[in-house]
Amino acid sequence: MPVVNWLKRHLVVIAGLFTLAYLLLPNVIVTVFSFNKPKGRFNYQWQRFSLDAWKKPCGVADMCGSLSISLQIAVWATLGATVLGTMIAFALVRYRFRARGAINSLIFLPMAMPEVVMAASLLTLFLNLGAQLGFWTILIAHIMFCLSFVVTAVKARVMSMDPRLEEAARDLYAGPVQTFLRVTLPIAAPGIAAGALLSFALSFDDFIITNFNAGSTVTFPMFVWGSAQRGTPVQINVIGTAMFLLAVLFVLVSMLITNRRNHQKA
Amino acid sequence: MSTLTEAPPPLAPAEPAAEAPRKRGRFTPYWLLLPGILWLIVFFALPLVYQASTSVQTGSLEEGYKVTWHFATYWDALSEYWPQFLRSLCYAAGATVLCLLLGYPLAYLIAFRAGRWRNLIMILVIAPFFTSFLIRTLAWKTILADNGPIVHALNSLHVLDLTNWLGWTAGDRVLATPLAVVCGLTYNFLPFMILPLYTSLERIDGRLHEAAGDLYAKPWTTFRKVTFPLSMPGVVSGTLLTFIPAAGDYVNSELLGSTDTRMIGNVIQTQFLRILDYPTAAALSFILMAAILAMVTIYIRRSGTEDLV
Amino acid sequence: MTTDNSGDVRLSGIGKTYGAFTAVHPLDLTVPQGSFFALLGASGCGKTTTLRMIAGLEQPTSGTVRLGDQDVTHLPPYKRPVNTVFQSYALFPHLDIFENVAFGLRRRGIKSVKKQVEEMLELVQLGEQARKKPHQLSGGQQQRVAVARALINHPKVLLLDEPLGALDLKLRRQMQLELKRIQTEVGITFIHVTHDQEEAMTMADTVAVMNGGRVEQLGAPTDLYENPKTTFVANFLGTSNLIEAEVDTKDGADVVVKAGGDKLVLPAARCSAPAPAGGKVLVGIRPEKIALAHADDAGAVPQGRNRLTGKIADASFIGVSTQYVIDSPACAGLSVYVQNVERDARLVPGADVVLHWSPAHTFGLDAAQAIDAGTGEEVAA
Repeated sequence: MPVVNWLKRHLVVIAGLFTLAYLLLPNVIVTVFSFNKPKGRFNYQWQRFSLDAWKKPCGVADMCGSLSISLQIAVWATLGATVLGTMIAFALVRYRFRARGAINSLIFLPMAMPEVVMAASLLTLFLNLGAQLGFWTILIAHIMFCLSFVVTAVKARVMSMDPRLEEAARDLYAGPVQTFLRVTLPIAAPGIAAGALLSFALSFDDFIITNFNAGSTVTFPMFVWGSAQRGTPVQINVIGTAMFLLAVLFVLVSMLITNRRNHQKA
Repeated sequence: MSTLTEAPPPLAPAEPAAEAPRKRGRFTPYWLLLPGILWLIVFFALPLVYQASTSVQTGSLEEGYKVTWHFATYWDALSEYWPQFLRSLCYAAGATVLCLLLGYPLAYLIAFRAGRWRNLIMILVIAPFFTSFLIRTLAWKTILADNGPIVHALNSLHVLDLTNWLGWTAGDRVLATPLAVVCGLTYNFLPFMILPLYTSLERIDGRLHEAAGDLYAKPWTTFRKVTFPLSMPGVVSGTLLTFIPAAGDYVNSELLGSTDTRMIGNVIQTQFLRILDYPTAAALSFILMAAILAMVTIYIRRSGTEDLV
Repeated sequence: MTTDNSGDVRLSGIGKTYGAFTAVHPLDLTVPQGSFFALLGASGCGKTTTLRMIAGLEQPTSGTVRLGDQDVTHLPPYKRPVNTVFQSYALFPHLDIFENVAFGLRRRGIKSVKKQVEEMLELVQLGEQARKKPHQLSGGQQQRVAVARALINHPKVLLLDEPLGALDLKLRRQMQLELKRIQTEVGITFIHVTHDQEEAMTMADTVAVMNGGRVEQLGAPTDLYENPKTTFVANFLGTSNLIEAEVDTKDGADVVVKAGGDKLVLPAARCSAPAPAGGKVLVGIRPEKIALAHADDAGAVPQGRNRLTGKIADASFIGVSTQYVIDSPACAGLSVYVQNVERDARLVPGADVVLHWSPAHTFGLDAAQAIDAGTGEEVAA
């Protein structure tokens, strides 16, 4: 039976593509429904094609405001977590010191903790300290949970780095500062970039921790959450689609550039 | 008394020239660690202490709370909310198993079979991250809609009869049932399963497959005896990265489920943000943390993998 | 010879310990300006640590490092006029070849580096590759970049840490000659660390054989090979037959020893053991110095040669020569290499033979040492 044989041989591919479809189906729906013109307040049923939402992406009250808050928080959280996380990663890989085990656990635990636990306990702290919930408490929380991911990403990169490279730099008349700036940092850069990118995505998309510690500040995920109760504007889908396309485009362009660069030099 | 000398094995212990962590400044590591670790202590560890203390307080919102070592809160919380606890663990376990079953073929496909499509598939796995997960979860409302094609298909294939009988769905609906919630959880945490799986699969030397084939292993045997054991680190970290957040999640239950699918995350959220019963919420959160940490520790010990992520 | 001695490297009493482990026992070593010096030894013998102490990458526990008249013991590596070609090259992966080579110049604040870098790339025949990244080059090319990157700084001393270890055999031969050419051209002191005895002998004027953190013997390659002073050197450099013997008589220039039932003669000058009459001594002879005659032709062996009888246990034909393993009453498993000039068809396993060689090629070693040191088969301590 050639058909059965063919199926057998390609079973993994078929199953894998099924999973890929499962992963992408919601994005297809989001995109398609960004061209919908729903009847009621909810955008769950297809009515008819319309470009209205794409023409007026900020046509919904408060949505673009929340988007801007989310972006600001994501940028600052990325910056903070990347700087602090990179410092920790370097210390962990390059130095021997006391309490190493304790510090490793402290970095691992936030990743092994359900978000809702961190969210609730952080809120307890803020309530006890009488802190004003809002932009700053969200930022603090985001830096906290992004930190561990940056440490992990940078650590992996720095660990795989040949220590001889830094020795070579020192041998070639680079002092400690020059060695760090000219050799260590550029080589660790992909790890740092990966950590930063992950931080940005995590922070921008975070809902649970933010929801607990936001007070009256509304981030974009919180806006979406609220709209699931009140009515989902089509513009949400427009933003979702645009973000998806931007991400794909960004990656494709950067891949194209590296490809071309390699071709030119080869 | 003679042999050709090519490269004699080391006589003494290997030269410790390339010892990994080197000492330079004595205090440099502490300065590097200080800000980040302080951040984690103040905003991660300290809150847990506060939470622990809150959980044994009594009082009211108006009069304020005092630590009275009222451990009964734990007992009360457990006896009232054990169904939600159990449900959370069951849903999370179900989603984790589904993620593994769905994620493994895709990770395998990317690692060994994708060829020049590898990068594209990788991008397609990661890119959905950039569309807010809430928006994507809402899309499942459309996909699983009562009059949608999927429900129709399941109905005509009598799959729904089976799931109804199992108690996973009710009537002609998928939305607002456990199946929808587990489906959403699986969807949301699938990339967290795929990426570690892919990382550990990609490290496997392709020649090992050939060697296994050469040694009379059929493809399936090769997978069971060579590929799968070697991908264990990925399986372990993938299941943890799926199970932990799934157990604490309340978004999927809220958006895709009903009051009958409430998970412990929903309860904590409501207690904390709506009912404002802080001791109960803190106790629940603490139990959840303890339960997950205990399970994770046992799981890591048993699977024998210490390095994660 | 130049009178300039600023490229002399003088190590005095230099040693390094890591906790309880002594990597390098305090040693004295002088490498004269302009020489090609090799530190040879198995991994873990302390040769790399010694090199790293000269480079400044490792602080010695004791002793001083002097370059010419300058004490550099406490100078950091970036202040020493010494450059290193690292094991597996350590080329900066994020910089192209040009920038890799220009790195040292730029760090010293030199602005116009273009001409110098181009000249240096020409010297190592890589002018075309200037804008490639290291991973785009072959192993041999990367190796030359590493040399160029170090040499462009005109160091007083160039240190090479197993520079050819990652190359395949053919390329290694080629690069050995290439490095030798460059060294002659630039006239800089080269200190070369290697575990490959052939590489050390081909390239260096002076070789120091290191073992267990000490220098076992130092000298010109021919000297080390022909007249090893320890069993380690005898076995590590090439192959030696070491025969346990007892000193019979000692008269002036010659020592007569008894091995099995036979008497052997060795020059007293080539005996590094005290060798009192009746004492034990190890008699050494290189396999290629031994001639082989079939037992039937024993009468044709000239007088005055050391001779042993034996039986061929094994013979392997390897092209230029045939290698025999011969069991003799004096010593089992003797190696003999016979050039394939006229092959004697009777010399097959099982044949009785006479081994004979000139006493002048014989050397004597202290019998108190491990006989198999440096063979690679000794039991690890």
